[in-house]
Parts: sequence; C-alpha cells; structure tokens
Amino acid sequence: MSEQTHEHGHVVPYGKYVFIWLALIAFTGITVTAAGIGLGNWTIVLALAIASAKSWFVLNYFMHLRYEDAVFKTFIAVAFITFAIFITFTFWDYSFTR
Amino acid sequence: MANVAMPADRAEPNYLEVTTNSHKGILGWLLSVDHKRIGLLYLYTMLAFFAVAVGFGFMIRLELLTPGKTVIDAQTYNQFFTLHGIIMIFLFIIPGLPAVFGNFFLPIMLGAKDVIFPRLNLLSWYLFIIGGLIAVSAWLMPGGSADTGWMFYVPYSLRTTTNVVPALLAAFVLGFSSILTGINFITTIHRMRAPGMTFFRMPLFVWSLYATAWVQVLATPIIGITLALVMIERALGVGIFDPSLGGDPVLYQHLFWIYSHPAVYIMILPAMGLVSEVIPVFARRTIFGYKFIAFSSLAIALFGSLVWAHHMFTAGMSDTAMFVFSFLTFFVSIPSAIKVFNWVSTLYKGSIQADPPLLYVLSFIFQFSIGGFTGLMLGALSTNIHLQDTSFVVAHFHYVMFGGTGFGIFAAMHYWFPKMFGRMYNLKVATAAWAVVTVGYNLLYFPLFISGYLGMPRRYYDYLPEFQPYHMVSTVGSWILILGLIVMFWNLWRGMRSGPKAPMNPWGGVTLEWTTQTPPIVENFREVPTVTTGPYDYSRYESAAKEGK
Amino acid sequence: MSSSAHTAVHHVHRDDYGSRMGMWLFLFTELILFGGLFIVYAVYRFVHQQEFHLAAQELNTVVGLLNTVILLTSSMTAAMAVTAIQKGNVRFAKGLLWVTVLFAGAFMLNKYFEWSAKIHHGIYPGSPDLLAKPEGEILYFGLYYVMTGLHALHVIIGVVFFLFILRQIGQGKVTPTSYVRLENSALYWHLVDLIWIFLFPLFYLIH
Repeated sequence: MSEQTHEHGHVVPYGKYVFIWLALIAFTGITVTAAGIGLGNWTIVLALAIASAKSWFVLNYFMHLRYEDAVFKTFIAVAFITFAIFITFTFWDYSFTR
Repeated sequence: MANVAMPADRAEPNYLEVTTNSHKGILGWLLSVDHKRIGLLYLYTMLAFFAVAVGFGFMIRLELLTPGKTVIDAQTYNQFFTLHGIIMIFLFIIPGLPAVFGNFFLPIMLGAKDVIFPRLNLLSWYLFIIGGLIAVSAWLMPGGSADTGWMFYVPYSLRTTTNVVPALLAAFVLGFSSILTGINFITTIHRMRAPGMTFFRMPLFVWSLYATAWVQVLATPIIGITLALVMIERALGVGIFDPSLGGDPVLYQHLFWIYSHPAVYIMILPAMGLVSEVIPVFARRTIFGYKFIAFSSLAIALFGSLVWAHHMFTAGMSDTAMFVFSFLTFFVSIPSAIKVFNWVSTLYKGSIQADPPLLYVLSFIFQFSIGGFTGLMLGALSTNIHLQDTSFVVAHFHYVMFGGTGFGIFAAMHYWFPKMFGRMYNLKVATAAWAVVTVGYNLLYFPLFISGYLGMPRRYYDYLPEFQPYHMVSTVGSWILILGLIVMFWNLWRGMRSGPKAPMNPWGGVTLEWTTQTPPIVENFREVPTVTTGPYDYSRYESAAKEGK
Repeated sequence: MSSSAHTAVHHVHRDDYGSRMGMWLFLFTELILFGGLFIVYAVYRFVHQQEFHLAAQELNTVVGLLNTVILLTSSMTAAMAVTAIQKGNVRFAKGLLWVTVLFAGAFMLNKYFEWSAKIHHGIYPGSPDLLAKPEGEILYFGLYYVMTGLHALHVIIGVVFFLFILRQIGQGKVTPTSYVRLENSALYWHLVDLIWIFLFPLFYLIH
C-alpha cells in the first residue's frame, strides 16, 4: 500500500497531450458546425454527446484517469451515476403531465 | 488481534496532557490537529448548540400547551421552530456522531495515528463554529431570525423580511464542513488501515462512517448550490425560483430534498454503526451477519438517494413521479430491517450486560422501529395525502432522528467517554436517567402521531381545542425528558471530572480502541498493530478481558 | 511488524496517492455543485424551449468559441507542466504554468467584454428590459449569469492555485520528486475546463 506513495510513475509525453488537444479542437469544430445545421431536437443530443466525448479525453488523458488505479475509476463512476440519478429522476416529474 | 497491554508503570502522557503543536493552554486546543482533541472541540461546542436548540424546543412545547397564545407570539413561534430545526439538524444531528466519535475513534479503530488530512480536519471544525455563529447571529439583526422553517421553501423565503440570508449562509458553510469531513474519512479509510485490516475486518462503525462520508461528499453540494441560488435571488433579483419571474417553486423542493433526504441517512447511518458496535460487546458474542450489515450501510446510502420526492407528494408533481418515488421508498426499509434483524439475532441467547450503553441502544431499536414503520405509512401515497404536514410527520422524524440518532449519540457517550476521559460515571444514576429520558421522550412524541392522524397540522401556532389533551401530554413529556437529560449530562460531567479512574477496557470490547491506553496517548498506539482476525472475535475475549482488567 | 514508513512516529507520513484521492473527491463535489445548476437549466429548457432558443441568439458564438479554445489549450499546457516537472524540466514547467495563467487571463478578459456588452444593452438580473421579456428568457439569462459567473469564480480560484504553486516551485517546495500539489492544481484546472465544455454548447449553440 505504501510503495506508491512517492512516485506517480507514469509520465505522459508532451506529444500525446498535443494530440489530445487536436482531437478536442476537432470535436469543438464539429459541434459548432452541427449547431448550424437544422437538426431540431437532435442538436442537443449531438451536442451533449460531443461534450461527453471531449470530457472523456480530458478525464482520461489530461487528468490521468486512464493511468490510475481501478479505485479512482470506480469513484468517478459512482459520482457520475449519482448525478445521472439526480437529473433523470427529477424528470419523472417534468416529463409527464402534472 | 494483537493486544498491546499497557502496564501502569509504563504509562505515557495522554492526549489531554500533551499537545501536538508548540502551544500551551487554550491555543493548544484551538490550534490542535490531533483528531482526538478536534473530536472534543466538536463535542463541547455541539453540546452548547444542542442546549440552545433544546431551549427552543422547550419554548415551542410550552407555547403549544394551550390553544392561542400561551407565552410567545406567532411570529416568535415561527422563528423558534425555524432555528430549532436549523440548529438541531445542521449543528447537532448531522455532525453528531461523525464529528465527535468518528473523529476520535475512526483512526484508532483502523490502527492509525490520525486521519490522513489533520489540518483539513481542524478547518472542518472552524467552519462548523463559523456556521453556527452565523446561524444564531440573525437573532441580533433587525428583522430578526428567519421565520421560514428550516426548509426555506420558496417563494416565502424570497419574500420574507426576516433575515434569511444568514441562515442560508450558515447552512452553506456547515455543508462545506460536512464535505471536508467526508473527504477526510473516505481517504483515511482507503489509505490508513493497519497491516492486516482488510475492508472486511473493519469495525461496522467504520463501515457506517464510510457510507455516510460518500453521501456527505455527493449530496451536500446540491444543497450548497440551491441555498446559494436563493441567496443570489434575494440579493440580486435573479429569476431562478421566483414564480413571478417564471421560476418553479417545486423545482426548489426537488433540489432541496435531493440533499435533505440523503441527509437523513447521514444522520442515521453512524448511529446504526454505533449500535452494531455496542451490541456484540454487551451480548458477549460476535455480531450476526457482519457482511450483511456492512453491505446494508452501502445499500441505504444508495437507495436513500433515489427517493427524495416522497417529501413532495402534496406539492403538485406528476402522477408518474409520485408513483415512482413512493414505490422506491418501500425499498429503503429493507436494508434497515436487515440491520434490526441482525441486531436482535445477536442479542438472542447472548450473555447480556444491561449497562447504560446497551440500554440506550435498546431504546434506539424500539424507537427507530416505530420511526421506520411510520415512515412507510407516510411513503404510501393514499395515507400521505392525509398525514402530510400534520404532527404525524413531526413525530415520525423525531422518532428516527432523536429516538434513533439522538439516543445513538447518548449511547456513544456512555460507551466511549470512559476511554476518552479515563474515568467512569455512576452506572446506577446513568440507568435511572436513561429510564426518565426514555419515558419522557415517548410521552413527548407518541401523542403527536395520534393528534396528527386526527388532523393537527405541523408548525401551527394555534389549534382547535380538541387537540389540547395530546399537546398537554406531549408538553409534560418534554419536561420529564429535559429533566432526564439534565441528570444524564450532570452524571456524565461529574464522572468525567472526578469519577473513579476507568480501566483500559471497562466493557470487554475487542475492537482496537480498547487496546489503547486510557485515555489514549497522542499517537494512539505505541506500535502499529497488526490485525489478524475480524473485529468482533469473542473467542479470545477471555484472555483480552483478563489482561485488560 | 509495522510497515517501514511508520518508524518515526512524529513525522508526517507523506502519501501522494492519498493526496490525489482526496483531490478527486473534492472535484466530485464541484462537479455536483455545478450539476445542480445543470439540473435547473435542463428543467427550464425543457419547459421553455422556444424562449431559450430566442434568448440564446443574444449571445456571441464566436466569443464563446474563442473562450472554449482558450480553455482547452490552457488545459493542455497545465497537463504538460506536470510532465515537465516529472522530467526535471523545472523552468519549462514554470513557463507552461505562466502560459496557462495567461490564457486564463484572456478568458476572463473575454468574459468581461461579454458581460459589459450585455449589461450595456440592458440585459442583467433585475433590469427593466430583462423583466419585460417572456419568462423563459428571464430564466435563461438568470442561469447565464449565475453559471458563467460561478464558473469565472472557479477560473480565478484556479489561477490563484497556480500562482501559489509557481511560488512554491521557486521556494523549492514543489520539485521533480515532490509535485503532488502541482498535479492537484492541474486537476482542479481540468475540472474548470470540463465545466466549460458543457456550458459552451448549452448556452451558445442553441440554434
């Protein structure tokens, strides 16, 4: 348990960060372009999907989650699921006639 | 389990005598990062706030002795029940067991010498004090203290001219204190367990603190942002919840209860953990169903996050939402019931020592069960329509929060004070006080179920004469209860100041705290213990008891 | 029997992993704090779809896009600063942190111009012009100011963290073998970026 206390270990090369940045910029471009097309109600779905993809990159690479223990990944899953419950369950009230 | 006995001639100075910083006297306490001292700082300040809130409760019950005005006017009455709720909930019941006994005993039960972030721990206490002072400060301002009730429902909380912002700010600051404690405990439990202590060798009190800490971390921010929004809306006129600007007051209620329902599990889980500690000791046998109890703590935390809108059945939600939340509410009772069955099974055919810690725990089981059953009655839609906003609800939540957690706190004091302070209190007086407290408590709250069922509304200053008999019994009950509490606290105070010195292990417990010096040394253990068995291994009780006593 | 790291009882045991774990837990609280605002946004947008569309047209997509690119880039430089210190390139690390801070400043400058323009046009909480608009639009702008305002506050906090770290690097308290504080500050900054990744489409790209 204490062996890891002093070294994070994994060093992410600069180039990888640049590559991730390019991906993020590309996704940003896609989402702006898509918003210009009249997709109606699907615009928000697409926008959130792209935002989620960008978040995945930021979390896993910039924030090193990919290189961390399963414990951290479980933690963040718990946090996301909790938030998902809060927002979807609120919509039990709003999605149906009051 | 390693038993490091401390012969008296090698006794080291304990944490009460030695500071970890370079300060002496009061600064040695106020700037201490020793988890044990911080636990005591919380204990003293929390009991002071508790006394104030009991005072408000006394006045509320006194006012309700007769219909119409008895001693105070209606506006003051509203302010009293608002502050009573705010102080009891945010300054006593929520921090209660985790901040005092969790801080003191979590590291010891894990075999560690402190929590992982000791300075953050002290910051949590300072936030607690600041929040508490802000809460009571409104009393001194023109306009007086808030009169909205502790729930601060909009739109009234946006319109009232009483001082709502200090109350909201206080709750926000206290929420931050709670979050930091939660972060500290989760990380400590993951990182500082002694060699050999796997998760399934941790005491059940630790499991309950773990589940509680997750709820503290994930649910509290919601109330933080919600109350911040009300503050911003009052101050800047931003349209968020104000119906005249298009806001939805029911959305406020959703956000409020998304935290405040899980908050009640923050309140009860540590108390259930405490019960799981006391019962094996006073039945002299290992707990029945350790893993079930451990997992049920996590289950309660999870299920408890799914049911918040059962507080809103009369608010105007969609039928679908009402069906879903009512249905899910029934599931929350299952893990709680599992705990109750396991506790009772542990007691059955055990070797029972009817000492004060167990007596309070027995009251807990009785009262929590009543609270739980009446919760189911409230969770059913058809009955909820009639019972919502009556004193039935008041009785229900006092049975779980006070009859449950409150008595859990009393049990914890009687169980752990000898270890914390090194002295014993008078067992006979403690037993007598317990009896008076239990009788007074039930006289105070049980009639409220009946009057509520018959239609007495909650928070009402005035009422129809037909309800008076119930109010009179209840008010007399409050006097008996307060009398019992005074004797209880006086007995503990006298014992801790000048009672006989406590042995290392007065009750015969086998968790790690009973192997430390009494009171503990600053670092808790002279050598880091190695754990080889589960936490309630009474097969070695005989040898542990002989060495300890 | 005791693990070797615990021999000296009085010295503070260093645990970088635990430090990072604590930071992640704190980030969850920030996520859920903003999450509450996203819930309010989601409900009101669902109920007032047309009016949200109308109100969103007042916002300048180009400025929003510019700010998005600024934050994404600053996130990259912050992450690179961690790599730099791990490799022992302390000066490069400091340089990257200064670039990050500069980008944050640019973000705040943009925000200042954006808000000033809005306020100049009479759109701010409690303004007569705003109150004359339909409910959905009042709610949209209320959320706009609160959410971007709270986000901007977190940008400032993030900058303060980085300035503090820069000082600590100068004092030799953050080094190539002891840099968990830098990592934690960078984590905080990435969270600020993450929130904006969602704010941008939800406020600027509804058309």
